[in-house]
Amino acid sequence: MKEPIYTVSRDYRKEIADDKYYYARSCIRQNFFPGSEVTFLRVLKENLGRDIWDDPHHTTCTGIGYHSDVVPFNTIQTVIARQFSLMTENGYENFVASCVTSFGMYIEITETWKHHPEQLEQIREYLKKATGREFMIPKNIAHTSDIVYKFRMRIAEQMKYPLVNRRTGQPLKIVDHIGCHYAKMFPDKGEGGAEFTQVLQGMIKAWGGATVDYPERRHCCGFGFRQYLVQANRGYSVSNSKKKFESMQPYEPDAILTNCPGCAMFLDRWQFVISEMHGIRYGKDNTTIPVFTYEEMAGLVLGYDPWDLGLQMHQVDPRPFLDKIGIPYDNDRMYKTKTGKNIGEYIPQQTR
Amino acid sequence: MDFGFSTLEARSIDFDKFDGRILRYVLQYEPSLLVCLSCGGCTATCSAGNLTDFNIRRLQLMLRRGEVENLQTEINKCMLCGKCLLVCPRGVNLRNVVMLIKKALVHFKNQEN
Repeated sequence: MKEPIYTVSRDYRKEIADDKYYYARSCIRQNFFPGSEVTFLRVLKENLGRDIWDDPHHTTCTGIGYHSDVVPFNTIQTVIARQFSLMTENGYENFVASCVTSFGMYIEITETWKHHPEQLEQIREYLKKATGREFMIPKNIAHTSDIVYKFRMRIAEQMKYPLVNRRTGQPLKIVDHIGCHYAKMFPDKGEGGAEFTQVLQGMIKAWGGATVDYPERRHCCGFGFRQYLVQANRGYSVSNSKKKFESMQPYEPDAILTNCPGCAMFLDRWQFVISEMHGIRYGKDNTTIPVFTYEEMAGLVLGYDPWDLGLQMHQVDPRPFLDKIGIPYDNDRMYKTKTGKNIGEYIPQQTR
Repeated sequence: MDFGFSTLEARSIDFDKFDGRILRYVLQYEPSLLVCLSCGGCTATCSAGNLTDFNIRRLQLMLRRGEVENLQTEINKCMLCGKCLLVCPRGVNLRNVVMLIKKALVHFKNQEN
């Protein structure tokens, strides 16, 4: 399939490895939206035929602790050096992080080592003393959304359900939300840079949808670690999201697509919270706006079962979006495992 | 449902609601307000501030941001003792500023009627 024409400034074109990835999972994503990571691995292995190693031995990157001033910089560098040593040990050179915060940390630390080689030597020593391990710096560091973006046209070739409203035939209007740590810290490490980030809108366009540009498009979702870690401070977090929702409301988006685990969580959760607090909903005709991760979106267009993708874990009901595309789903299976065991029910906000 | 936190309004200035008439009126007769550096010395020594939530520093901030809806209520809390102008490091005549706001409110109210 021919790629749609788009322009990315030469300074912000990113090299993304083609195959043989070492996969580092996200603390948040595997708890809140566990289906996303499973779907990513499934798409890469089954649909794209890539080699990816999902290593059970790696740990958290400790990015949340670092950004909350709990974990010192030397500690996080050593933890990340251990992840790299696991990658080296397994024979991989391309590192793929599932979390935008982790991705930001891997970039920040490798950039630090580039400019301060003495720091790198210090960390090598720390890791050797602590674990006896040695490591290579990855040849290529990418975020998982980069990989999906790279193969978006291959996914489009296998697409069963394009992002088109089946009743009107019009492309669905989708808001993209890029996690701040993806390209705001190191703009040249994200495709399109911080302002004109292509990674999600490239997917939306390739899969038949339309992107929405709105005033607060690049505003933080509210997942700033210091904004939500203490419960009493979470007003700052929800207010950030509220500002974004108010800004996107006039454009009546059909869905929100995110590439950061935290953004997906809070843009989903805070819609429920704002609705409970103030009785306000931001979708068309007083509905809430479904939020998806890019893996879920890829799974949907490829025709995966919505409940295998874990869409029942969302607090905003995704079913109106599925209806718009015409994706079939079984309501009775929504809260059941494959063996028929009930996983506990939740009445989604939209259908109350 | 009590979540243990609530939403906050953005502190961005809404130019559609910005009312700079009172600020311009005050500056016309008391230009010393222009040199205020918002140190808060006035608020720290304020007699009314000891007894109520009156905050003269916030008052001038509201004025500059064109937020005049609550100005009348706020201004009525001032006892006009003048201690603020004694401590001001920039010599701003804050007592006069308060008096001018009172005058301006009456002036613009009469104009509207």
